Amino acid sequence: MLMVLFGLIFGNEAETFLGGYGQVDLSVPGYIGMIIGTIGMLSIPLSIATYRENGVLRRLRATPVQSKSILWSQVAAQTIIALLGIALLVITGLLLFDLRLPSGGDVMILPGILLSAFSFFAIGFVLAGVMPTPRTAQAVGMAIFFPMLFLSGAAMPRFIMPEGVQEVAKLLPLTQVVILLEDLWLRGEWNVTAVAVITAVLILGLIISRFTFRWE
Amino acid sequence: MMNPIIEVKNLQKAYGRTIAVADVSLTVQPGEIFGIVGPNGAGKTTTIECIIGLRQPDGGSVSVLGMNPQAEPKKLGNRIGVQLQEAALPDRMKVWEALDLYASFYERPVPWEPLLETWGLADKQQAQFGNLSGGQKQRLFIALALLNDPEVVFLDELTTGLDPQARRATWDLVRAIREKGKTVVLITHFMDEIEALADRVAIIDHGRVLALDTPAHLIAQLHGETQVYFTTPNGFTADVLRGVAGVTAVSQNHQQVTVTGGGPLLANVAAALAQNNIAPHDLRVQQANLEDVFLALTGRNIRV
Repeated sequence: MLMVLFGLIFGNEAETFLGGYGQVDLSVPGYIGMIIGTIGMLSIPLSIATYRENGVLRRLRATPVQSKSILWSQVAAQTIIALLGIALLVITGLLLFDLRLPSGGDVMILPGILLSAFSFFAIGFVLAGVMPTPRTAQAVGMAIFFPMLFLSGAAMPRFIMPEGVQEVAKLLPLTQVVILLEDLWLRGEWNVTAVAVITAVLILGLIISRFTFRWE
Repeated sequence: MMNPIIEVKNLQKAYGRTIAVADVSLTVQPGEIFGIVGPNGAGKTTTIECIIGLRQPDGGSVSVLGMNPQAEPKKLGNRIGVQLQEAALPDRMKVWEALDLYASFYERPVPWEPLLETWGLADKQQAQFGNLSGGQKQRLFIALALLNDPEVVFLDELTTGLDPQARRATWDLVRAIREKGKTVVLITHFMDEIEALADRVAIIDHGRVLALDTPAHLIAQLHGETQVYFTTPNGFTADVLRGVAGVTAVSQNHQQVTVTGGGPLLANVAAALAQNNIAPHDLRVQQANLEDVFLALTGRNIRV
């Protein structure tokens, strides 16, 4: 939706001052980050907290299925949803705006997407475990996600923000995701700092959710 | 005597400072319908959750089909069926999808189509869980509990929220489960359900077993007094019943008379009334039932 909107406003003409890319080309990595963030910070906490509150998790636990399988199936399902969303985004871009696909890093973008997704899913599982009800999970998820969304450059370019804000924004996990994906998408390069931060968030999220996750 | 299906010894479980189960011991024999009753918060559900391995007991021992539920959860899970209180499926999951999914969890599932027939859900196969009525959801959960052809079936608050017709129909189905040779553990707070179904019953309160016997024995042990009620239009006075054998108290509220006592009370009261040419419009006797046993053991105070 956002891509169609901004694409119609700005078009996707190659501009020399944008390094030969158009507006839409530059925005796609951010939009991918937006999809990942939405699923990690809104969908996962809400669906897990809902399953917990109405007893879906409780019933599942009374079967021989291992708890791990239940959680991994949730990760698998959400990963598929994320990839479908990204595919839809790219196809829309190609059809409407002649989107320029990643130059060298077309294969490398996938591990980047998966790393970012798992990292945000881990945040989602922490939220799902800490929040008592689906309502609080949703409210807190939004309260954290929306400021992050606009500061990170996922929704609008970072360079239009004051420099101080840009520096602070770099501390946000979603900013690092957008940086990682931009570098992969536009230049085919791995941003080492971004990889390190995102991996750290992933590990930290896994550890915390290990202790905070509740089944009922 | 056969080996018990379930053996619980001195089970203890606390949540923080709240003691849910203080000391519960019971055994369940193969092929019986075993009832567990108690007021809300008595520790019934926690006891069951420890038996099926959902919770780790703080103390005591639990053995189900000769297994420790904590040590062999997967093996045990394949041999027991569970219908839980406060459980749900995702609202948009269809009935057949739920059965298909849950069947995939077990090593040796039975075909689920016949279960749908048995439990009257054949025409609801395509319906979404969220659109089912309370009774249909309950029946679906029983069908899910039977998917692995279990040896023991646990039914927690099976008929709560069902209308009288659905309750009676569910009772027949519980009997049908037992007739297939399965052991049934029934948790409820409905005394009539236990009287109708259970071979033996454990009355639990404050995390302890207060009584464990057949419903008939429990009622007999109460030594309950019988009460006779009748309505009288004409000049009845309590004097008429004074000195009648077995009568311990007579009270009158407008035209409604209540006689309390023991022995063949109904016959004695009827004879005394006839002698005095009093013809009551009705004459009813009320004997102690399991509910009286329950109230005698757990007290009449409403729990907060």
